[in-house]
Amino acid sequence: MPRFAEVEVGTELPAQDFQIQRANLVRYAGASGDFNIIHWNERVAKSVGLPNVIAHGMLTMATAGRVVTDWVGDPGAVVSYGVRFSRPVVVEDDDKGATLTVSGTVEDKNDDGTVVVGLTATVGGEKVLMGAKAVVRLP
Amino acid sequence: MPLNRDFIGRTAPAGEPIEVTRNDIRRFATAIGDSNPAYHDREAAKALGYPDVIAPPTFLISASTGGGSGGFILDPELGLNYALVVHGEQQFAFHRPVQAGDVLETVTRIADIRDAGRNELLTLVIEVTSNGEPVATVTNTIVSRGTAAPKEA
Repeated sequence: MPRFAEVEVGTELPAQDFQIQRANLVRYAGASGDFNIIHWNERVAKSVGLPNVIAHGMLTMATAGRVVTDWVGDPGAVVSYGVRFSRPVVVEDDDKGATLTVSGTVEDKNDDGTVVVGLTATVGGEKVLMGAKAVVRLP
Repeated sequence: MPLNRDFIGRTAPAGEPIEVTRNDIRRFATAIGDSNPAYHDREAAKALGYPDVIAPPTFLISASTGGGSGGFILDPELGLNYALVVHGEQQFAFHRPVQAGDVLETVTRIADIRDAGRNELLTLVIEVTSNGEPVATVTNTIVSRGTAAPKEA
């Protein structure tokens, strides 16, 4: 686990790539109870003007958050986590799906022993989250 | 049709309490592809100082958007057409992590409804407690596409 004293503004978290495929959307729908049809039915997704089935925004948020929790080790150290959804993540029906690339940087150190991590989450070079930040308490 | 602004400040009655089980947490963690032992292994969670396995930060989404807030959103008096809704923003602020054995209760308030160009933004603030103890505040902003009242020229 990173220690507060050793972390500096500008410290980079290990970046990760995540594959999001149709099977992941099905699994997330079941676990979260979000069965919105645009996350699994291509015909309906296209009929409401989407390019294809899209991932649950909350799955994107959860996946991006793993860069923070993998870094700190203890997920309970996350004091807050917030995002804005800027673009849908389109998931084609193939064996690749979408590749979500997530990186994080320490943007601030607070007097209370927490640090602010800014996250960047992109698919095909386009940002899918804006203002994604997590506040994490470090030992 | 614009949303009914009379709903700003209204609080929904608490829904049925939600019991969080180890299995719920394991299933959610598996669905997001996360093998962090704190979610899956009670001993690993205990080693971190928790009484039982803890949940990923975004686990609360299902507890916080079911029950009370769901009823709000479906109230015909509010005038929300769910087909026009997309998720705008999401925030979780924790007093402590959610853990297996929690019995979660939620109080949902419509904090704001405002125009953003041609869209409207509806912000729900959900206070989550377990046995009366604060757990988290969840803020959920949804976008109602194209429903803002036309502006005066």
